[in-house]
Amino acid sequence: MANMKATRESYGEALAKFGEEYDIVVLDADLSKSTKTETFKKKFPERFINVGIAEGNMMSVAAGIASTGKVVFASTFAMFAAGRAFEQVRNSIGYPNLNVKIGATHAGISVGEDGASHQCLEDIALMRSIPNMVVINPADHVEAMAAVKAAILHDGPVYLRFGRLAVPVIFDEETYKFELGKGVQISDGSDVSLIATGLMVPEAIKAAEILASEGISARVINIHTIKPIDVDIIVKAARETGAVVTAEEHNIIGGLGSAVAEVLCENYPVPMQRVGTRDVFGRSGKPAELLKMYNLTADDIANAAREVIKRK
Amino acid sequence: MDKVLKKELMIIANRIRKHALLAVYSANSGHPGGSLSISDILAVLYFKQMKNLDPKNPKNPDRDRLVLSKGHCAPALYGALAEKGFFPKEDISSFRQAHSYLQGHPDMKGVPGVDMSTGSLGQGISAACGMAIAGKLANKDYRVYAILGDGELEEGQVWEAAMFAAQYKLDNLTAFVDFNNLQIDGKLCDVCSPLPIDKKFEAFNWHVITIDGHDVEQIDNAIEEAKTIKGKPTLILANCVKGKNVSFMENQPQWHGSAPNKEQYEAAVAEIDAIIKELEVM
Repeated sequence: MANMKATRESYGEALAKFGEEYDIVVLDADLSKSTKTETFKKKFPERFINVGIAEGNMMSVAAGIASTGKVVFASTFAMFAAGRAFEQVRNSIGYPNLNVKIGATHAGISVGEDGASHQCLEDIALMRSIPNMVVINPADHVEAMAAVKAAILHDGPVYLRFGRLAVPVIFDEETYKFELGKGVQISDGSDVSLIATGLMVPEAIKAAEILASEGISARVINIHTIKPIDVDIIVKAARETGAVVTAEEHNIIGGLGSAVAEVLCENYPVPMQRVGTRDVFGRSGKPAELLKMYNLTADDIANAAREVIKRK
Repeated sequence: MDKVLKKELMIIANRIRKHALLAVYSANSGHPGGSLSISDILAVLYFKQMKNLDPKNPKNPDRDRLVLSKGHCAPALYGALAEKGFFPKEDISSFRQAHSYLQGHPDMKGVPGVDMSTGSLGQGISAACGMAIAGKLANKDYRVYAILGDGELEEGQVWEAAMFAAQYKLDNLTAFVDFNNLQIDGKLCDVCSPLPIDKKFEAFNWHVITIDGHDVEQIDNAIEEAKTIKGKPTLILANCVKGKNVSFMENQPQWHGSAPNKEQYEAAVAEIDAIIKELEVM
């Protein structure tokens, strides 16, 4: 079994690691133990600021710090970063194009027991609608570490989406290269393309194995940067496989599925099917149980693939 | 305060008022009442107090900063910046026009001298806190100023920022509240009163000074006092008159966000010209 690690852990580690090389400032809203910014705080207490339970203020304070030339990370749960503080992110950070990196942890239904109030399934939709904002949803520890570094090096606002649940480490640290805005083809295939993001990437890999056993050749693509989206890799996949399934731990409205549909409709329409939460709120439960209950597993991706192939 | 300087600041304040009126009149939209209310504060800040301002290098990292948290009063801010030489005064009449850089609310990316993009109330004071704490982190001795509206205090974020500023002892931060007692829908007390403002900020561990917001000497003295206060931010509660120096605009909430017609504009400018003339012969 692969190593397991939650991407929020990777976020904390990345901040502590890259804090040595880069003069970053990290803000948190009384959740440093959960968002793992505590790892940075212990190492660089002078560059850590706890703003208390005041996410709107945190985003605008981050903007003020960034206006002086610093790179600032503002961390809280996805629900409060993208949801509660949406307008501060839009007006204080997005509009003036300031160098604030939003480290949003506890995204998606895999938050588990805390339930619907804390399971943000709308953040990708919200954040990608803001001009200047880059949206990244890493799939594993290796990608999350690399994404934090890429965010530091990118000049402008970035939304980074991390999870609470430990997920398989699927990439090799030695060989992995992160390129902002570029999708990654994980395996080739000719009958259908499975385009996934975040913790749905390992599920898509598993789905491809299931489909292979039935003689269906599925291409797997990892989209870590949902905005700007990699148009070329998506159009190429549609052209060469003729059918697309998207998979995300997010509402099917406004997230990866929508972004891919936008690309295909304008460039190369093919039958497609979206796997994601189907415009519903989550509920309390064990993460694995909920992922199954809300049809976010390899089996669900494989089912969608079989359906979409029929429509070719 | 030196008499010559005092006279000069008063004249500049009224020139800022004229720029603000021209901006709003030319655009046939904008916010004259609050702009006239804060002109004296802007004159003292930009022409006496704020250090290391350089129109040729508006992003000088060591400069004092101003965040106009009540961003709708951009006409007055643009007036002050144009007087200071950040951009040509002739451009003021392009305010709010589609091809102009002078946006309806302050835009730090497009308007030289604007330190923060504002317009959505409550956010500017937080950004000012960010600038102030960044100054402390970088061991810089610049000071940060913010101007809030009194109605703006109804935004909860103002109080999040107030807590934050006290917690981190941001004594390099001085905030003004333009207390003219009027907001769009009427008197503060008839909408949702944030009073008493002074006691609230004191309770949030700020140093509070109450002044006449149209007396340049009192404004200057309050800023000087704020500089001596260590370990806490300062709030200058400025008693102001909305629409100050234009008789038919004073204390009238309908001038919060409506533009004068040609006759009204000319009458308003004539009143301010008369004040400037009187000051000049003093």
